[in-house]
Amino acid sequence: MSQKQYWKGLEELNETEAHKEVAANEFREELPFDLSGKLLDANTPRRDFLKFLGFSTAAATLAASCEMPVRKAIPYAIKPEEIVPGVPNYYASTFVDGGDYCAVVVKTRDGRPIKIEGNEKSSITQGGTSARVQASVLNLYDNARLRQPHADGKEATFEAIDRQITDGLNAGGQAYLLTSTIISPTTKAVIADFLAKYPNAKHITYDPMSYSGMLLANEVSYGKRALPSYHFEKANTIVSLGADFLGTWLSPVEFAKQYSKGRKINAKHAVMSKHYHVEPTHTITGAKADERATCRPSEMGKVAVALYNAIANGAKPNLGSDKLNKVVANAAKDLKNGNGLVVCGSNDKDTQVVVNAINSAIGANGTTINWGVTSNYKQGIDSDMVALTDAMNGGKVSALMIHGVNPVYDYYNGQKFADGLGKVAVSVSFADRMDETAQKCKYVVPDHNYLESWGDAEPKSGYYSLMQPGIAPLFKTRAFQDSLLTWAGSSTSYGDMWKAYWMNKLGGQRNFDMALQDGVIEPSEMPVSGASFAGDVNGAISNIQAKKAVSGTEVVVYQKISLGYGGAWSNNPWLQEMPDPITKATWDNYLCVSPQRAKDMDEELTSITEVVNAKRVVKISVEGAEPIELPIVVVPGMHNDVVAVAVGYGRDAKVGMAARAGLDKWGKEIGGKNVYPLVGFNGNTFSYSAAATVEKTDKTYDVAITQTHNSYEGRPIIHEYTLDEFKKDPEHLMNERKKELEHYSHLPWEHKEGGHGAAAAAHGDGHAAAPMASHHDDNWEEGFRKNGTLYPVFDSPGIHWGMSIDLTSCIGCGACVVGCQAENNVSVVGKTHVLKSQEMHWIRIDRYFSGSPADPDTIQTVFQPMMCQHCDNAPCENVCPVSATNHSSEGLNQMAYNRCIGTKYCANNCPYKVRHFNWMDWNGADCFEDNLYEDYRRDEMNSDLTRMVLNPDVTVRSRGVMEKCSFCVQRLQEAKLQAKKEGHPMRDGAVRTACQQACPTDAIVFGNVNDKKSAIYNLRKSEQKERVNYVLEQIHTLPNVNYLSLIRNTDEIIAGDEDKDDMLNKIMF
Amino acid sequence: MNTGKHFLTIVYKLSASCCSFAHTKVKGTLIFKIISVLVTIKPTLRKIAHSTFAILIAVFASISTANAQPDGKALFMSNCASCHNPLKDATGPALKGVDERVPSKEWLYDWIHNSAAVIASGDAYANKIYGDWGKTAMTAFPSLSEEEIDAVIAYVNSVEPPAAVPTQGGAVAEPEQNTWLYTLITVVLLVFTVILWRINHALRRVALEKQGLPNHKEVPVYRNKVFIAIAVVVLIIGAGYWITNGAVEMGRQQNYMPEQPIFYSHKVHAGVNQINCQYCHAGVTKSKQAMIPSTNVCMNCHMQINEYTGEQLYTHEGEEINGTAEIHKLYEYSGWNPDKKAYNRDADGNILAKPIEWVKIHNLPDHVYFNHSQHVAVGKVDCQRCHGEIQDMDEVFQFSPLSMGWCINCHRETEVQFANNDYYSIFEKYHEEIKAGTRTSVTVDDIGGTECQKCHY
Repeated sequence: MSQKQYWKGLEELNETEAHKEVAANEFREELPFDLSGKLLDANTPRRDFLKFLGFSTAAATLAASCEMPVRKAIPYAIKPEEIVPGVPNYYASTFVDGGDYCAVVVKTRDGRPIKIEGNEKSSITQGGTSARVQASVLNLYDNARLRQPHADGKEATFEAIDRQITDGLNAGGQAYLLTSTIISPTTKAVIADFLAKYPNAKHITYDPMSYSGMLLANEVSYGKRALPSYHFEKANTIVSLGADFLGTWLSPVEFAKQYSKGRKINAKHAVMSKHYHVEPTHTITGAKADERATCRPSEMGKVAVALYNAIANGAKPNLGSDKLNKVVANAAKDLKNGNGLVVCGSNDKDTQVVVNAINSAIGANGTTINWGVTSNYKQGIDSDMVALTDAMNGGKVSALMIHGVNPVYDYYNGQKFADGLGKVAVSVSFADRMDETAQKCKYVVPDHNYLESWGDAEPKSGYYSLMQPGIAPLFKTRAFQDSLLTWAGSSTSYGDMWKAYWMNKLGGQRNFDMALQDGVIEPSEMPVSGASFAGDVNGAISNIQAKKAVSGTEVVVYQKISLGYGGAWSNNPWLQEMPDPITKATWDNYLCVSPQRAKDMDEELTSITEVVNAKRVVKISVEGAEPIELPIVVVPGMHNDVVAVAVGYGRDAKVGMAARAGLDKWGKEIGGKNVYPLVGFNGNTFSYSAAATVEKTDKTYDVAITQTHNSYEGRPIIHEYTLDEFKKDPEHLMNERKKELEHYSHLPWEHKEGGHGAAAAAHGDGHAAAPMASHHDDNWEEGFRKNGTLYPVFDSPGIHWGMSIDLTSCIGCGACVVGCQAENNVSVVGKTHVLKSQEMHWIRIDRYFSGSPADPDTIQTVFQPMMCQHCDNAPCENVCPVSATNHSSEGLNQMAYNRCIGTKYCANNCPYKVRHFNWMDWNGADCFEDNLYEDYRRDEMNSDLTRMVLNPDVTVRSRGVMEKCSFCVQRLQEAKLQAKKEGHPMRDGAVRTACQQACPTDAIVFGNVNDKKSAIYNLRKSEQKERVNYVLEQIHTLPNVNYLSLIRNTDEIIAGDEDKDDMLNKIMF
Repeated sequence: MNTGKHFLTIVYKLSASCCSFAHTKVKGTLIFKIISVLVTIKPTLRKIAHSTFAILIAVFASISTANAQPDGKALFMSNCASCHNPLKDATGPALKGVDERVPSKEWLYDWIHNSAAVIASGDAYANKIYGDWGKTAMTAFPSLSEEEIDAVIAYVNSVEPPAAVPTQGGAVAEPEQNTWLYTLITVVLLVFTVILWRINHALRRVALEKQGLPNHKEVPVYRNKVFIAIAVVVLIIGAGYWITNGAVEMGRQQNYMPEQPIFYSHKVHAGVNQINCQYCHAGVTKSKQAMIPSTNVCMNCHMQINEYTGEQLYTHEGEEINGTAEIHKLYEYSGWNPDKKAYNRDADGNILAKPIEWVKIHNLPDHVYFNHSQHVAVGKVDCQRCHGEIQDMDEVFQFSPLSMGWCINCHRETEVQFANNDYYSIFEKYHEEIKAGTRTSVTVDDIGGTECQKCHY
């Protein structure tokens, strides 16, 4: 086995005292036993023990002797024809959040949406989803949603509000409709009607996370204020200047699909795109990059200019660091070879003009960038919003209607907006909850959730997607469009208008029904066209060069993959508890700093590592904004002069229990801080970075971070190769495995007799065949399976489930984590218990770093999804005293909750640390009352409303039992049953696990290994046999999950290189 | 005791196979069923079994000859029985003698294939029936062939009204009397024994006294150490047995027969009127839930049937039930106005119906996954196997213990539809073993049907 080593945190690398203690001490808290030897004086003396024993026996007897309750079975009064109780219905629909788009399929059970899947019919998102799309079903059942319209903070009726608002609008004066980006053609028509009725009204689009710079740059470059379609799958060279296109930039699900297509690799087809990445912080896109360098955010324009010059006239880049120069020079060289694509995350117009010039110079327009089909995801123009705020403060606005945005919270100068709002006579919010802006509005007319709405979307010009409800509106809410139509005096409802629009457009009921069933309406072929660049690149360059360089610290305001820009997502417990892919932190925002910077700031290392929960709190000051105090989290790979903070936290209490910031019941600070005030406005566009000063305070704050729990103690578990290494010797990994395991292929006495002796024959067919192993590829694996253990080998006569995870494709986005949580009723435990390493996620994504912590440009980051490996020789099964966990004939490691007595031996014996114990009654599933765990933050998961999201096919686990990944056994059983009913063997692909289905990069393949025609069989036996490996294979656990080695299209892999990997050599601190 | 239990199992199995036989089309399967039952018998019990067989086989023979038209009956039950009865008017007319009433055989075929078309053609007889039966159109059965229709007609013509059932009072009372007699005799004999023993004892003492020999000192029974020891042991064993049994039975509800909001008799519907179970429990082949029908399904028939004219109904406590009043309870729930013969509707035209809150009889714990369609559609298990002779129950009770042991035992013994379902072709190993003759059957257990995660997840 290769000796590449990864480190999972600085403390492990540096062997700090705290880490050693943690590694030695399995339990993170004091055990409630007194081991002093003075039994009678001990905390738990024998008599107490006996008392407890007696009490619990008596309690159990009492609890059990209760009478069986009378249960009712209540059928429908009149059953809707399409519903069969117990059988799910699926509806194609569309996820839209501002401009974020995803074609989805909604799974409903007995009339309740319970799961969101990607819609494979869409050529845009192609069945992929993101963590937020997966979690969106929980927003439907959010307790903070408004139950009815409000006027002046009091409950009101639609009739009364309609009258008052219509009167207000008719009173004259300037009215504004402020919305997030709207991609619905019918909604746009409704708005046009409304504006026609009220000619004094204006529509303004505002995006909290703005792409104005790009829109304006495209306007001057190509004459279109629009965004093109990108085609990462067609690009041989991808250069990203700070665009986190796999995580948060523009349309990450679409791009992740495309990106992974260009990087599917096997020994016969060893070709992949080359991805250069320059960024100030550390994003998942940076983690996947082949070549990565860091720069200051203020330097990004200069990097673009350097790249432009290198391409246009071969000028050598002269930037901040050698690595940066090298990356830019190499990128320029590769881009010139054609099929290149440059994207840039900057919101600066000049920088984007230069990027347009580069794309034009390398001929990207018409190949990797398509101007024939434009994207509608973002349309907000920042200066309009600033002008509106000024007008409001100047008393020039008489009516303001706000939909989809929350400027009091997410505008850079929220206070000013709030002040201005006070001067507006008729202020209306369509928010679904009393968010920061709605509280300051006179009227709140709540809109439906997208799962309750009819609607449509045009994510790209000519590409349509229909939205249909999965449930009738839960509350007295009204579609935003209906409100506008009512106020415009129209008598038709939006639903009728929407239907008439599409019936007319599609031509007839049949086409309409088909489109509704498919969910998408797309041209059969995508029109492709380029565009000729007409921008003033020299002007842009001189503007960039004229900018003063920042010398001190710079702060970057970024979106987390989980919460995004904030909005309703802040109150989504699934997303709050989803570990950030890079920092692995939950429930909070914090200041990301590089290890070097942390060291400079605080010599006491232990206070900044992941092992110690208490993090040093620092004060971040930016000119023109109130200083903000946040804890620091060390992130290798951050530029040493850059710090970063995420938006979406620091919410008002009325946004919801999970989102609330401030002091909790016990006086502890919770919920993070709002960092939108750190955003700046440069007179043209918003700027998401600023010069800042960071000061240490003497406070600390607990941040709940999930990694460093579940330590692998440095064993080789990931196999990473450069593309060249892989091309040169694709079988390297296979041969290494073979070397390690080959001697098991036959038993020693058989070997002595040369394989044809009587002893071998006496041991049966399997063993007799073994000596031939060295001549046959597969037999050493079989031999190891049979001979590597004293236990009998499990037989799988029918189905044998297997999973493969491609580490090259995995981007660590976390869609699988939330998808699994939604499918399997995985509990949310809350921050307090994450701090105790008691989170329940069935699948986690381990991230490992390599490189030198002092030099962010050397950092290489890998992701490894880890869930129950369903070992065929499982260490957990042998130690269970009650056989609550055992093996099935289909290769599943089964967990019977009702048999489990909670000894936790299995979790202790699991080498993968994927078993999770229910330390508390998270969901009220216990039979004892008043046992429910409450932390006043995650508790609404257990409200009657939110419990509607539970999957009725999966048991809700009670306190005191172990749980873990089941390979979505409820789906396997359902698919088998379907095949049996239809009377044919199960077809490959008929069943997919929740993680597999959620994955936007198709990294996960699942199926029946016994089926020789299945994808998983072919992958293991032929297609990818060179890359297949099993984690900790040598200890003979025989996992049913295999991984495919990570291939990076780079010159060197730092992990395992003793000269380069300071993490390995531990010389840094 | 063990012997008796096995004997009961055999009888039960035979009666189960007897039931399923009534629905099978191929007579030959009888032989196979008997053989399969034979195989499962423990050799030690053969003697008892043999004598029973002789009797039971005779019973089979009589039943099989009674069902001279298995095809017709099955077709009738699955297609027609929800609306028609051979002898009585239901939603549709009584069908006995229908072939003689209608204009011609061809007319009948057309009518059944598509009644709406016949009505539309202006046929006088068709329009008359349509008018007579409240303008309720009959469902079209285009898939029924003429031979099949003939078979159905032959079946309905063969049905005879049931002969007056002789009172069964005497027959039922007889075994009770016997038991009483035996108990009496036993008690009398026991008393005799004790009296004789005491007399014998007293006489011996007198004889010894006369001979001048010393008598043993009398120790009363309650102070006899041997007696006390035995009593304590018996008590402990008894109490232990009682407690253990009680604990095992905890949460189980076998024979649970709650009072329901409407006295709905399965006997009247599934038994007397022969309505197919799936007409109401439509989910049983599709879903994990068999599905309790909604009120509109009840109303399909009860729009017409507004009074109960069958045998007097009694609750299990012997109270008389007014069947017509129970039907009117249904009208309350379903929002049907029997006088106007129309539904009560709100302003939007929605029917003002409210669901019937039945008391759930079969309760499985939350951690158990049970799927009806798995058992009924795939496993071809009869309803009666778990629910008992439901067609004979006025009030439904929980027939089976629904314990895990009960499930597991059935999974161990039941054979899967191995040869008939192509799904099982993936079990190559078993197919080879069957071919090689080393295996005769594949049970649910063999394909992993007793593993934890088949029911618990």
